[in-house]
Amino acid sequence: MPKNPEIKKVLMLGSGPIVIGQAAEFDYAGTQACRSLKEEGVEVVLLNSNPATIMTDKDIADKVYIEPLTVEVVEQLILKEKPDSVLPTLGGQAGLNLAMELEERGFLKEHNVRLIGTTSETIKKAEDRQEFKDTMEKIGEPIAASLVVRNVEDGIAFSNKIGYPVVLRPAYTLGGSGGGIANNEEELVEILENGLRLSRVGEVLVERCIAGWKEIEYEVMRDGAGNCITVCNMENLDPVGVHTGDSIVVAPSQTLGDKEYQMLRTSALNIITELGITGGCNVQYALNPDSFEYCVIEVNPRVSRSSALASKATGYPIAKVAAKIALGYTLDEIKNAVTGKTYASFEPMLDYCVVKIPRLPFDKFISAKRTLTTQMKATGEVMSICNNFEGALMKAIRSLEQHVDSLMSYDFTGLTEEELREQLHIVDDMRIWRIAEAVRRGITYQDIHAVTKIDIWFIDKIAILVEMEQALKKEELTEDLLREAKRMEFPDNVIAKLTGKTEEEIKELRKKWDITAVYKMVDTCAAEFAAVTPYYYSVYGGENEADGKTEKKKVLILGSGPIRIGQGIEFDFCSVHCTWAFAKEGYETIIINNNPETVSTDFDIADKLYFEPLTPEDVENVVNIEKPDGAVVQFGGQTAIKLTEALIKMGVKILGTSAENVDAAEDRELFDSILEECHIPRPKGHTVYTAEEAKKAANELGYPVLVRPSYVLGGQGMQIAIHDKDVEEYIGIINRIAQEHPILVDKYLQGKEIEVDAVCDGEDILIPGIMEHIERAGIHSGDSISVYPARTISETAKKTIEEYTRRLAKSLHVLGMINIQFIVCGEEVYVIEVNPRSSRTVPYISKVTGIPIVPLAAKVILGHKLKDLGYTPGLQPEARHYAVKMPVFSFEKIRGADISLGPEMKSTGECLGISESFNEALYKAFLGAGIHLPKHKNMIITVRDEDKGDIIPIARRFEALGYKIYATRSTAKVLNDNGVKAIRTNKIEQPSPNLMDLILGHKIDLVIDTPSQGVEKAKDGFIIRRNAIETGVNVLTALDTAEALVTSLENTDIEKLELIDIAEI
Amino acid sequence: MKAFLILEDGTVFEGTSIGSTKEVISEIVFNTSMTGYLEVLTDPSYAGQAVCMTYPLIGNYGICHEDQESLRPWPDGYIVRELSRIPSNFRSEDTIQNFLKKYDIPGIAGVDTRALTRILREKGTMNGMITTNAAYNLEEILPRLKAYTTGKVVEKVTCTESHVLEGSGKKVALLDFGAKDNIAQSLNERGCQVTVYPAFTSAETILNSNPDGIMLSNGPGDPKECTSIIEEVKKLYESEVPIFAICLGHQLMALATGADTKKMKYGHRGGNHPVKDLETGRVYISSQNHGYVVDTETLDPEIAVPAFENVNDKTNEGLKYTGKNIFTVQFHPEACPGPQDSGYLFNRFLKMMEVNR
Repeated sequence: MPKNPEIKKVLMLGSGPIVIGQAAEFDYAGTQACRSLKEEGVEVVLLNSNPATIMTDKDIADKVYIEPLTVEVVEQLILKEKPDSVLPTLGGQAGLNLAMELEERGFLKEHNVRLIGTTSETIKKAEDRQEFKDTMEKIGEPIAASLVVRNVEDGIAFSNKIGYPVVLRPAYTLGGSGGGIANNEEELVEILENGLRLSRVGEVLVERCIAGWKEIEYEVMRDGAGNCITVCNMENLDPVGVHTGDSIVVAPSQTLGDKEYQMLRTSALNIITELGITGGCNVQYALNPDSFEYCVIEVNPRVSRSSALASKATGYPIAKVAAKIALGYTLDEIKNAVTGKTYASFEPMLDYCVVKIPRLPFDKFISAKRTLTTQMKATGEVMSICNNFEGALMKAIRSLEQHVDSLMSYDFTGLTEEELREQLHIVDDMRIWRIAEAVRRGITYQDIHAVTKIDIWFIDKIAILVEMEQALKKEELTEDLLREAKRMEFPDNVIAKLTGKTEEEIKELRKKWDITAVYKMVDTCAAEFAAVTPYYYSVYGGENEADGKTEKKKVLILGSGPIRIGQGIEFDFCSVHCTWAFAKEGYETIIINNNPETVSTDFDIADKLYFEPLTPEDVENVVNIEKPDGAVVQFGGQTAIKLTEALIKMGVKILGTSAENVDAAEDRELFDSILEECHIPRPKGHTVYTAEEAKKAANELGYPVLVRPSYVLGGQGMQIAIHDKDVEEYIGIINRIAQEHPILVDKYLQGKEIEVDAVCDGEDILIPGIMEHIERAGIHSGDSISVYPARTISETAKKTIEEYTRRLAKSLHVLGMINIQFIVCGEEVYVIEVNPRSSRTVPYISKVTGIPIVPLAAKVILGHKLKDLGYTPGLQPEARHYAVKMPVFSFEKIRGADISLGPEMKSTGECLGISESFNEALYKAFLGAGIHLPKHKNMIITVRDEDKGDIIPIARRFEALGYKIYATRSTAKVLNDNGVKAIRTNKIEQPSPNLMDLILGHKIDLVIDTPSQGVEKAKDGFIIRRNAIETGVNVLTALDTAEALVTSLENTDIEKLELIDIAEI
Repeated sequence: MKAFLILEDGTVFEGTSIGSTKEVISEIVFNTSMTGYLEVLTDPSYAGQAVCMTYPLIGNYGICHEDQESLRPWPDGYIVRELSRIPSNFRSEDTIQNFLKKYDIPGIAGVDTRALTRILREKGTMNGMITTNAAYNLEEILPRLKAYTTGKVVEKVTCTESHVLEGSGKKVALLDFGAKDNIAQSLNERGCQVTVYPAFTSAETILNSNPDGIMLSNGPGDPKECTSIIEEVKKLYESEVPIFAICLGHQLMALATGADTKKMKYGHRGGNHPVKDLETGRVYISSQNHGYVVDTETLDPEIAVPAFENVNDKTNEGLKYTGKNIFTVQFHPEACPGPQDSGYLFNRFLKMMEVNR
């Protein structure tokens, strides 16, 4: 079936800001789909509120709208752009939900716009609990039996019918409280009675317990003619009970025989057929490990995180094929781009093993519970490929960049055997390390399996790695032993540690015995056909397929690894644009990265893709084969920057700003002398190593001070201290994280925080624009609302900023990108941070100024001059638009995380509001972040003493908007004394009705709660904030944010939003 | 113990011996299935070949005897990247290591199976030797490898006596050229009474049993070597009994009716091959195992027309016989291992028998 000729202009819906559970994978899918549509001559209109994405580039879509993802905006956009079709299946759940709403309102029909890629019936069948259940029953596909009960008797009767154990989930309780697993009637009665009491609606869901079963996923494709294929299946090392996004996943399945594999495959095909999906779909199964019994857990009728993983694991471009199917093509008409010979109607065959490990944010949220449950917590993930499971696991571990490089990286040797056995019950991100320790202690596979339910096969693989550790420790390091250790991907430094040799010695031995990494190709077909896309992974032993030969000059681009708080999708944006820019300059481009969710690891971005960990050893292996003419590190975030030294040692030329100058920006003393030379003031500060030195420095500077380790991104380990005690505590925390670099103690200045990104060609600089933060200094720049162009600083200050940027860029000999953060107090401008590399704000500022910063930087790195490229150096004229970048958080997903903002970054993503008026831009930004007020017009205010003065005018403005204000004793007093009516409410520990009742009553729009500075000890505030977040109430912890919000709410007369096509800026 | 895989082109792979330590010369082929190693091992069509599994981790779920496609493993040799040291599956009864030993089949592990596959892909299927003799002499061995021919293998794998799978439905005569058990099983599950006949049963005997339909099975080797069988198939063609044929059976029917077969460069062996039903345009993912193919150039449309075609290389995957109740496929609708998508063809055969009554 050829392309439907009626589809000429398609509106693609993106997934919005990155949050936990909906991340970079949708940029990857969306970008691939856009390119696929454009390839077919279809005009693409793109809507996504996330400015950090590649899909929102004018090179990717024809018309780009970075606007809030609301039904009103979509409707308005449809009226403006008049697309003939809407494609919603590549924008995650956000896109799908929007499509449903549009359809239900009848808007699409009314305006003759078709939904492509899916139908509303399909979405309903897959997403509606009851319809899904009915559909599965109709085709005889089992799902876990469940029933909502309102009394104990019904619960007992149903449990007897389905058999114990059962899971009990009370409806509408906080974070699943009152639920549990009942193994028998006695336990059932106890939990159920309690649950019924706790549930506000007196309902408890009784569900058959399938925890501990194998969790298996299938990625399925279907076209409009009904042809179906499975792209691959995946098996979770963690049995059912841990969200698949938080599980260690292996592809293909390892412990399923063909009977089980085909049984589930056939089921998946039946399901996609019955749902009538045209495109991609993901089916999750629970498989009883002791029989052929299975349950369908979930179906995602769209591309998903798992499909991104499956695409990278197999080389099958699911999103691209899904887009072509949406246009009407059938699978056998779509060429397999990897082989160039075969078609999309085949099933990839892997001749390797893929392991994915989630990147969890517990290093950011120290107070959070590390327990993994069915609520996803991971911000990102790493993937690795090897021809054995042990090697794939080892590579994935070191790709995490969490100071782990083997199964010895978390130390459980201090536990007694009894304690260890007990701790095997803990399901968290350290579980495989605990299992490794259990194996070391001789705890049997059966015992480990009995507790963890992890398949014996995986436990044996962990045991094989442990045995290798022990062999390396005890035996002589023979050629065979070293060869075997490398086959399992033990890094040289770990082998060195275990054998008591140096890393250099291990490297020498490897050279002597010719034990080197070779590269194999991911080709979708297990070598059955020749592949044309050079997508490689390393193994030890065997034939090398990677060929370093080329006529062209070669550049190595280092990616940014897993998405984590502080280093997100922005750096992938930069890496991809850098790659394209170098390609345009005639270079052969080579990317090394390990993140399966990103665009940079799509096989057709660079000329060559090496899917590898980003450690010096792994990079060196690639360098040995490719011998690049140079490497670019300034676009891959801290991950790439950290590799600079190692690259120089390998003899690779660093393109752009030299390593010494990168160091100079990070090294306090060097940097101080540069600032002095340039006559640029900075907040006074000291470099220290111990708590004693830190306290001395702090007292000399005078509190408050900012304490942070050098060489970090996203403010990791950074805190404001107001007492000696705070300093002591924080130095303790910082030292817990491996720390090879000194600690900085700075005077804390409370002024306007300003940020610029600039390109320097060695002579001239170009500043696309100045960004101003709404929140005062002290809140991490990534968590602040950022406004371009800066509104509240003087022209003089702007001139000073431009001048300082010029001086700094020149004295640091910047060639390429530089990012500088300033504090402006009146006319005084201080520099607080300089990063001679690309930053988080680059995609946003590029888009709103229309200046392609990354390509410019790449050209400059290659010797072009800004003047020759057609730009007038210096600060560029301000755009007509205001652009407000709003941080977006995922606090509700991380139980126990403190949501109060500070110097440590906590946001997972961002959205943009853009408009000619500042107020409208701000309104759009809040809307894009999901803050859609007012609803009930009730709010709670509880602020620390320092803020009591500043809160009054803000509260007054909320009152004027009709808000009923509840406040705790002292805040209420201040407000009432100043003529703002506030209802005094009891604190949490006081009797009802208290704050908690208000929050849980679901009638509160907003909580303004500013935590006391320094170490947060006020449990009360913490509990309030957590509960508010978990009930879906908006919480603001900074007065500046509150003021911005009230400003935006005062301007809700904005009936119709002005939609702006970014491509025309 | 070390083992060596020596190819006809002089390439030598070193690995570890698994299974029997005896020396063997065979035709080396590769299979790309990621699961179903036991089904592959017990598929009689692999008689006369040594199989290389491209999936690197083999033996993970052990040996579940009920999954066997025949009573014993058939390949001359077995080539893998890595054998799991423990099996893990609730049905597992044994390990591959023991299984190979028990049937005296030599194998080699630790081979760069991807490199081997690339050689076979580029140069075509070739002969090779698996040996544990480290003092091998290439000059002596290579001429022997080149001279080696598989010989007649259907004789080796077919049953010696006929047997019956009881059923209350249609009576099907299954000619066993090396049939996978699931062919008879698939028919039996659909109610058929299946009588399995040795490959060299005469057409007369079969027709005299008055079957509702005749099933020609898969099997090993070069179809053209089955000269006497082809003669009998010709007679079956002449009868009015509905016939369904799979793989070797499909090739034999083509040869019996005047078309030709040719050897493929490296064949189709795996569970991911897309075949297109030329009548409906629908594409199915199929399980395949063949090194020969019917040459569509030699087809007489008066006798047979292509019914299925391989989406990748456009080779023939099935024939519909003009004016006859006969259809044949190159792939394996009985799956095991592999996708079950084309199982509906057994229903089509049932329907054909129904209509014919």
